[in-house]
Amino acid sequence: MAEHIVSLKKVNKFFGDNHVIKDLNLDINEGEFLTLLGPSGCGKTTILRMVAGFEDATNGTIEVQGERVEDKEAYERDVNTVFQSYALFPHMTVFDNIAYGLTVKKVPKSEITRRVKEMLELVQLMGFEGRKPDMMSGGQKQRVAIARALINNPKVLLLDEPLGALDLQLRKQMQIELKRLQKQLHITFVYVTHDQEEAMTMSDRIAVMNGGVIEHLASPDEIYKAPKTRFVANFIGESNLFTGKLESLENGIGGVATTLGKAKLELSGFEPGEEMHICVRPEVMKYSKEPVDGFSLRGTVKNVIFVGAQYRTLVTMEDGYDVKINRVKQNKDLKEGDDIYLYWEPDDATGIKA
Amino acid sequence: MSENNAMTLAPKKSFLKRNLPVVSTAGPISIWMIIFVMLPLLYILFISFMSRDVYGNIEYTFTTDNYKEMIQPLYLKVIWKSLKLAFLTTVICLVVGYPLAYYIASKPSKLAAKLLMLVMIPYWTSSLVRLFSINQLGMPNGFLNLLLLKLGIVSEPVDFLFSDGIVIMGLLTAMLPFSVLPLYSSIEKLDKSLLEASKDLGANPAKTFIKVTIPLTMPGIVGCVLLVFIPSLGMYYVPEMLGGGKVMLIGTLIKNQFLMTKNWPFGASLAILLILITLAMMWIYTRVGKLDELEVG
Repeated sequence: MAEHIVSLKKVNKFFGDNHVIKDLNLDINEGEFLTLLGPSGCGKTTILRMVAGFEDATNGTIEVQGERVEDKEAYERDVNTVFQSYALFPHMTVFDNIAYGLTVKKVPKSEITRRVKEMLELVQLMGFEGRKPDMMSGGQKQRVAIARALINNPKVLLLDEPLGALDLQLRKQMQIELKRLQKQLHITFVYVTHDQEEAMTMSDRIAVMNGGVIEHLASPDEIYKAPKTRFVANFIGESNLFTGKLESLENGIGGVATTLGKAKLELSGFEPGEEMHICVRPEVMKYSKEPVDGFSLRGTVKNVIFVGAQYRTLVTMEDGYDVKINRVKQNKDLKEGDDIYLYWEPDDATGIKA
Repeated sequence: MSENNAMTLAPKKSFLKRNLPVVSTAGPISIWMIIFVMLPLLYILFISFMSRDVYGNIEYTFTTDNYKEMIQPLYLKVIWKSLKLAFLTTVICLVVGYPLAYYIASKPSKLAAKLLMLVMIPYWTSSLVRLFSINQLGMPNGFLNLLLLKLGIVSEPVDFLFSDGIVIMGLLTAMLPFSVLPLYSSIEKLDKSLLEASKDLGANPAKTFIKVTIPLTMPGIVGCVLLVFIPSLGMYYVPEMLGGGKVMLIGTLIKNQFLMTKNWPFGASLAILLILITLAMMWIYTRVGKLDELEVG
């Protein structure tokens, strides 16, 4: 028995001269909901297509359940895909669409009927058997696509931006439903999206990708609180980034000389003299009218904006960089043009290697 | 009085104004079609029920004998053979044309346009030149025999001319371009992610082809069948030039009735038969088209 249900080792993929996947290693645990998250063109869909068998890796190995699959055709692999465009067969009814995988495997008719029924119940589409896909809404089509994939009891379900075409309301609803399905069926889900909120909501682990490499693979919580790279800090949520040099490191507290002044934070694994970035989320950024010990970051309040769930204060620093401070309640003590000092609790900031 | 006039004139004016787009666009061709297609066809239908005198003139007395005459074994054989050759030509066009169309559709659109151009070139060359070259190819001292003799496949020159085979070959060169176009357009429209979905669900390429590709390209297949079968059935200059007098098809038969034996009424009834076969095929096509709208749309 393999430790990992899917395992990519040193995988490279070229499209012509275009190096889209670079020496990528990825181990996916059995039963987890793993999301490949990144901007378009980062290679996330290519990874999915290589696992499904629609693309060949230029080199490297891909294992499913400890078995190498590079030489297996897509129809020989125990994985199924939910396509972005649904890819439902337009000439077949919902029943025939869902039954397709079993029909081609020559499963007895009575069993097919039973299992399709189960699937229709699972995705809450009872009574839709006779419909043609073009008589259904996007959300319904998506359910059919999911049922059509799940009926084959795949080891791994690959989902390629399956909710991309749905409106926000429906998307949120489907996110919850997908998570419910995954928990109920204990199937490994590999989910591709560029929507970070979607990734945060559903995933056990997120692999943040950029330019063909995984920059950070961890739980949503960890990725948000302690992003590993500058890219991840910027891509996931909002962040304030300061660049500087680590001057001192005592009792796990590092003193940093940033380009905008002194700052401190909890650190480990850094050496004094090292160049680094500091990432501070807007909701933990603090301010004071008086200088705070260990900090010398000064700025001027530019404006306070109401952005729905919270108030955002923008503070312009010496070099023109706008620091964001987010609060649920309006900061009544701040007004445009105020000079303030910025600081944070040492354990609220994250050090990122430069 | 004047009010009355205005009221009766106004709708008239607006009627012409309303129909100006139709009249100005479809008008000229409609008049042309009525005068040169519809009326002659009605005339053919009319004389197919007339009889003729001993000199070959049309006698205007009603009869259904012309249609009864078709049941004679001699004519049935001709009709049967025409259907058979048209059918074979259609099948070959499908079998050869489908893979070709599929190949072209899999290429980037710029290259595909060039390849389609190549397919169309035979159609743009004079059919006379084309048929003469096939004729030359099949002669006892022609290229085909030369090749077969040199390769030692045959010891005596074979007379390809005046055989069903060479007629089918002639029909194929004329028809193949028409078969590729409708096939190409429907294959090109096929959503490739559906093929991936089929494979993903465990269907090998053969099953995918039968269960997904063929049903979804059915409009193209039916279009191809119509575009090849109907003209092949009535085409008379190809069998005439390649088959000589030996391969008698319905087209040649009709020509002979009009020009040689001067039996216009019988020729007309044969022509009506051809039209009926064509209409039947068109009816089938619209049925399939409707199915297509319902199922694929």
